[in-house]
Order: sequence, then structure tokens, then C-alpha cells
Amino acid sequence: MLRYTLRRVLQAIFVMLSVGFISFSMFTFVGDPILHMIGTEGTAADREALRNALGLNDPLIVQYVSFLGKMLTGDFGISYRLSMPVSDLIVERLPATLELAACAIALSIIIGIPLGIFTAIRRKSWVSQGILMGSLVGVSLPTFVIGMFLILIFSVNLGWLPAFGRGETAMVGNWSTGFLTTSGLRSLILPSIMLAFFQTTLIIRLVRAEMLEVLEQEYIRFARARGLSDRVIWFGEALKNTLVPVMTIVGLQMGSVIAFSIITETVFQWPGLGLLFIQAVENADIPVLATYLVLVSAFFVGLNLLVDLLYYLVDPRLRGGQGAPK
Amino acid sequence: MSALLEIRNLSATFATRRGIVSALSNIDLSLAPGEILALVGESGAGKSLASSCINGLLPRNCRISEGEVLLEGQRIDNLSNKQMEKIRGAQIGTIFQDPLTSLNPLYTVCQQITRTLRAHRYISDADAQKRALELLEEVGIPGAAQRLHAYPHEFSGGMRQRVVIAMALALRPKLIIADEPTTALDVSIQAQILELLRRLSKDHGASVILVTHDMGVVAETADRVAVLYAGRIAETGPVADVLLRPAHPYTQGLLGSIPSMERKLARLPQIPGSMPGLTAIPQGCAFNPRCPRTADVCRQVRPEAHLAGARRVFCHFAEELAS
Ligand SMILES: Nc1ncnc2c1ncn2[C@@H]1O[C@H](COP(=O)(O)OP(=O)(O)OP(=O)(O)O)[C@@H](O)[C@H]1O
Ligand SMILES: [Mg+2]
Repeated sequence: MLRYTLRRVLQAIFVMLSVGFISFSMFTFVGDPILHMIGTEGTAADREALRNALGLNDPLIVQYVSFLGKMLTGDFGISYRLSMPVSDLIVERLPATLELAACAIALSIIIGIPLGIFTAIRRKSWVSQGILMGSLVGVSLPTFVIGMFLILIFSVNLGWLPAFGRGETAMVGNWSTGFLTTSGLRSLILPSIMLAFFQTTLIIRLVRAEMLEVLEQEYIRFARARGLSDRVIWFGEALKNTLVPVMTIVGLQMGSVIAFSIITETVFQWPGLGLLFIQAVENADIPVLATYLVLVSAFFVGLNLLVDLLYYLVDPRLRGGQGAPK
Repeated sequence: MSALLEIRNLSATFATRRGIVSALSNIDLSLAPGEILALVGESGAGKSLASSCINGLLPRNCRISEGEVLLEGQRIDNLSNKQMEKIRGAQIGTIFQDPLTSLNPLYTVCQQITRTLRAHRYISDADAQKRALELLEEVGIPGAAQRLHAYPHEFSGGMRQRVVIAMALALRPKLIIADEPTTALDVSIQAQILELLRRLSKDHGASVILVTHDMGVVAETADRVAVLYAGRIAETGPVADVLLRPAHPYTQGLLGSIPSMERKLARLPQIPGSMPGLTAIPQGCAFNPRCPRTADVCRQVRPEAHLAGARRVFCHFAEELAS
């Protein structure tokens, strides 16, 4: 277990170092930070002095290490556009994105897994066929179209739910949450649905395919031969085997939910990281872009690591160890 | 003594893209309590399918088109899945070929045995666990108490097949179907597993249908044997008769032309040609294109059962060949 964990952690660290390097390169090679700071008026000598003061004339490797050091202490530089520390911006925006992503993921799991199971064990029924057709639409329709439809129906025509923003938020420490106010919760509904849509259809198909495959396994046949009922076979014997691989993919998908949220946040003017990112792209706000990159990568890598370790806990074959296979 | 299992005129068909094909045709078999019947034949002869007709675990595209299966005089071929669930495991235990894939990798042996017990009766956790331990001890798992909560991958192939047997026999079924229970195992372990099966069937008074390719296994283990060819029975009778004095040209071919117990009754020797696929079963006797004795009648008329001593032989020349 220790070696396995250690290897995973080392891999994760390596990936993060590479991402850090890319983000560092953005700073160093894209545009000139000095220009951003003192504009074009300063003399060449002024600029050179500032370069020295900021360590920009040090060897690259020294600059890289000090860059990493700063990142680790949460110093991500100053946004060019908003002239405030990027770390403050992140703290301000992160809760919105995380809450939205959490709702979307929860929604997609709560809906996707049962429907996937249903379509696998009731393969022939009309309902299953309908669900599969629907999920095909979900996969092929661009998400922003779904978002537009949601807004059109529930905000514009019916007027039930807000079409943009987070509504009122409450502060819990540094964390601004939309979970504690009615308007916050109501605002979450449409964007969550939009963000969950693709994931849900993916999970349905994935669970269905996995479950069908598991049900063809010899150990299921043997379970039937021992007189286990359909229910026990589906939910006792097959489900866990189905969910192990599903868990991996869903775990990894969480990272892309956060990445996808850029679109959702744009459609719903959701004040999260995605919107911040889009605005940063428009203004070539390098510190914000670089930070976003590092942050999203950290999510991916962290989730990856978590999923791997979880896998290890769930699947006894990986654990091996204690009973020592003979 | 009335039969434990009786198969009467059983036929089964597959629905395939090329239409309905017949996979088993007019099979008659019966099995006395405590008896071990071997089903032999080349790959694709329908041995597994015949066993599936008994426990009701037919492939999705297969159905019984004719005939009946009776267990202790009760028809079981027309029962609903729910009714069959009660019979499977409790009255008919099935053991499959590959112990590596027969066990669920994510549950401990104890959990899987317990679940089997629970499927058929109310039993407390403690009792179920105690029973699971007894079962593992009965099939000869060394250190069963320590291994009760082990996962399948922690057992060797032979031990896993023992676990499979323990599970299949957890409820003391009167009929055991063992579909090539040793084919996937090391040669050195095969004999032990067969011995175990034989011992358990004797202890419990259970009958066994043993599907196998191996004539040596038949000779050592079974009381009676049925030789299948292209979904039909070629010859059936007591092991000694069939192996020592085979009356059907196919059986003779399987055993070599001058059979004797001294000769090594090992794997099936090759007969020229190969068994026809389900879509190409010839008219008349299914074996006629490969048969050394073939005559006009063989190409036109499907042979009836001919009684030759205690054997039933499906050959037009049975009397002549048997003598
Ligand atoms: N799902 C299926 N659809 C169509 N034909 C099938 C199907 N399953 C099996 N068959 C055919 O049915 C026949 C009997 O198969 P069966 O598995 O009973 O053979 P077997 O005697 O057990 O062979 P083996 O020794 O290889 O296990 C074979 O010809 C096989 O090709
Ligand atoms: Mg078979």
C-alpha cells in the first residue's frame, strides 16, 4: 500500500511541477510584466532596475523555484486587470464554482446511476429505450443550447427561476455560500441542471454498459445457479462490480465538470472561476490565467490521486497483501 | 427405484440470424438417486446445453422446443424463473468449468456462501457463518477458519474449485451438475477434485451429472455414461459396458478401435473429419459422413434406440456391432 501510494503521489507531484512550469513560462515568455507595471513611460534604466529588483534577471531555474515557492504560499501575483492579488480573487470566486460543480456532480450521480442500472436490467422496456434516446440527445446537443432552453422555459416563459447570477449569498467565514438562502438555492437550479446534463448522460451510458458486461460474467451465472434472486444478483453481486470502474470515470469527470463550468458560468453570468477565466482571457490577464491553469490542474491531479487510492480500497485484488495469494 | 431426474424426448433450439437451428434433439436420459452419469462428446456436442436445460440457465436465444425434464417426478422445464430460483442451488447444484471466473472477485468467500444460504432459508448471521466454515472444512480447505474471510483471488485454482463446490453444495442439493469441473485445473489437482466430488455425492446421496471430455475421468468416476454427438445421444449405458464394448461406431472411434481397460483411456483420439455444426447436421444418422460402417439406410433414416444389453445404442447396426 505504501509503495503504491508513494508512486501515485510522486506522479502527482511530477505533473504539478510540469503544470507549474507551463504557468511559469506564461509569465516569463508571454508579454513583459515590467511593461504592465510601469507602462511605456519609464526609462530603460528604470526598467532594468525593476527587473533586478524583481529577480527577473536571475537564472531561469532560480526564477522557477522562487515562482513555485510563491505559488505554494498562495502568492499568485497581482491581476493586471483588477490590480488586486489573484489569491483574493480566487477566494472570492472559488465558492461559486465549487458549489455549482458539487450540485451538478451530485445531480448527475443521483440521476445517472439509477437510470443506468434501470436501462441495464430492463433492457427491452420502452422506458429504457426512451432514456437512451434522451441521453443520446444530451450527448449530442451542445450544453449552451440546453442552457438557453432552460432559461427560455423556466426564466423567460414561466418566470419560476432566475436566469443569471447567484442570488443572495451568505458568508460562512471566508466562504460565500448560496446554500443558505432561498434565492441562492433557486439560482443554483438551472445552472446545475445545465452543467449536470452531459455528465448525467455519460454516467447513464457508462453504468448501463458496465452493468450489462458484468451481468454476462461467469460469476453471475454461478450466482444464478445457486438460486440467488434477480434482486440479489443485481444489487448484491453485480452493482459493486459495476461501480468500481464507473467510480474512476466519474471521479475524473469531476475535474472536467469544473472545466466545463466555464460555459455554464458564461451562459448564466455565474460569478465563479470560469467567468473570471473568460474575462482574464479577454484581457490577457496572465497572472489570473496562470493561476486558473494551476488550480484546475491541481483539481484534476488531486481527484486522480483520490480515485486511485479509492480503487485500491474497494478492489481486494489490488490490496493482495495480508492473505498472500497462494 | 424411481429416477431422481428424467429427461424425456428433449429438444432445444437456438434462434440465430440464420433462423431456428436445432441444438439438442430427442434426448432421453434418466438418473437414479446417488448415481454418477457422465456426459461425453466432442466440443460443441451439446453437453453444456443439456445441463443448462436441467437447471434452466439456457442462453438467451435458446429454448426447449419439445420434451420435458422431471425432477423427482415433477416437471421443472416449464417453471417460471421465480420458481426455478427456489430449485437452483437448493435441489440442483451446478459447478462450472473455471473456478477463476466462477467467484465474485469483490466479496469474501464467507459473504458469497452466506448469500447462497440466505437465498433459500432464514438464517442468522452467526449461524450462516458457522455453516460457511463447516462447508469449507468439508471440502478440505486447510485452515478454513482463517480463510473464511479471504477473497477469491487469495486462493489457488484448486482451492477455488473447492470453494465453488462448497458453495454449489451449500444446501445439499440432490442433483449436482458438474460441467467440466477439472478442465481448467492443473492435472495434478484434477484427481483430487474428482475424488472430492465423488466423496461428497456419496456422503450426501446426491446424483451427479459429470460433463467431461476425458474418458479416463469417465472410467474412474462415473457409473453410467451418455455419449453425445451433434446434439443427439449416440450411446448410453453402464460405464463398463460402454467403455469396454462400445457398440456405436462413434464411441468405438472415440476409444480407439480395440478398446481395453489396459489401454490408456486418455483424451479423445481423433476421428477423421469433424462434427457438423448445428446448421449442417446431415440427414439420417448424424454421424454417417464420418462413419466406417455407413450404409444407405444411415443416410436416410435416423436410427432408433437399439437395446444391447444394458445399453441403448442409436445405430442401425447396433446388434451386429455389439456382439
Ligand atoms: N448462444 C448460442 N447461439 C447459437 N449457438 C450456440 C450458442 N451457444 C452454444 N451454441 C451451439 O450449441 C452447440 C452446443 O454447445 P455446448 O456449449 O452445449 O457444447 P459442449 O458440448 O458443452 O462443448 P464444449 O465441450 O466445448 O463445452 C454448439 O454447436 C454451439 O456452437
Ligand atoms: Mg461445454
